[in-house]
Amino acid sequence: MGKHNLKRRFIQLFCAALYNANLEGFKERTIYKGDGKGVCVPGLHCYSCPGAVGACPIGSLQNAISSKSPGMLFYVLGSLLLFGVFLGRMVCGYLCPFGLLQELLHKIPSPKLKKSRVTKALSKVKYVVLAGLVILLPLVLSIKNGVSVPSFCKYLCPVGTMEGGLSFAVGGGSFAEQTGVLFGVKLGILAVIVIGAVFIYRIFCRFLCPLGALYALFNRYSLFGVVTDQTVCTACGKCRAVCKEDIHLPGDHECIACGDCIRHCPVNAIRRKNPFVKRKDDKK
Amino acid sequence: MKKRKTVVFFVLLLLGVVFLTYGIAEGGYTATLQKAKYICLECIGIG
Ligand code: SF4
Ligand code: SF4
Repeated sequence: MGKHNLKRRFIQLFCAALYNANLEGFKERTIYKGDGKGVCVPGLHCYSCPGAVGACPIGSLQNAISSKSPGMLFYVLGSLLLFGVFLGRMVCGYLCPFGLLQELLHKIPSPKLKKSRVTKALSKVKYVVLAGLVILLPLVLSIKNGVSVPSFCKYLCPVGTMEGGLSFAVGGGSFAEQTGVLFGVKLGILAVIVIGAVFIYRIFCRFLCPLGALYALFNRYSLFGVVTDQTVCTACGKCRAVCKEDIHLPGDHECIACGDCIRHCPVNAIRRKNPFVKRKDDKK
Repeated sequence: MKKRKTVVFFVLLLLGVVFLTYGIAEGGYTATLQKAKYICLECIGIG
């Protein structure tokens, strides 16, 4: 592992530890109720996880939509806009524990599924998940039936099942008694994603994660991340071959700014965005 | 191109700051805290 990758791995591990700083929660099987819980974290991390010290941005967004609370909606959207405009999908490459988990699972020796036209097409599904399960369904159910249903959490999210479900429902107690068919289905989804991640690089991130889809919209404009200088690029395709994401060019909406491609570019057209360094071509 | 990106960046930044400030003033932080303080049955696959 190169020096850069070590640095990235360290940040990912540090971040996972920070999001889960309420270690007592795991022992006591309770969740943290302190003031930090009102602050959204940048990555996908269930607020019903015993270790969580912050709020999940996607869970909060669905609740804001279905509770029709303008204050909460503006607060969550403001937080997401700021994370997005500063970091874009760099959050995925550096600050999301579920992304880290999938990367580690992919290290298990096994045959790996290569990128293809099919995976590229599947990478669009996450935008449907964002629009359908995170925004439209909670909105429609709340307007039509007056009920608050965080549909992505309820029907799909493997993070909540893993972090909250397994911590509370497994091992007895009142939560275990309440589990039913839905919990079984969600355990199945979690199993598919965990096993799938061994064979397919970041299977959930690339195809299903609505938070990744949301940050992708900011990637071109974010302050930090990776960018390709199109005036230097010769379109040799080396970066695309190295990258495990379904990118067209480094820095586009699928790029998580891991930086793996940078040293492979024969003409040094790829670089990290650095707002503190003035470049000759900055007026372009 | 570069100029357009800079303009979009600052517009989004301004929007983020305005939304966040307005949201906090309208009780958004408290509402988020209230929700996150309790175990969400839907999130953990029970509800
Ligand atoms: S795509 Fe989603 S789960 Fe993956 S790293 Fe990004 S926020 Fe986390
Ligand atoms: S394009 Fe480069 S920086 Fe972006 S995800 Fe792929 S390898 Fe990483």
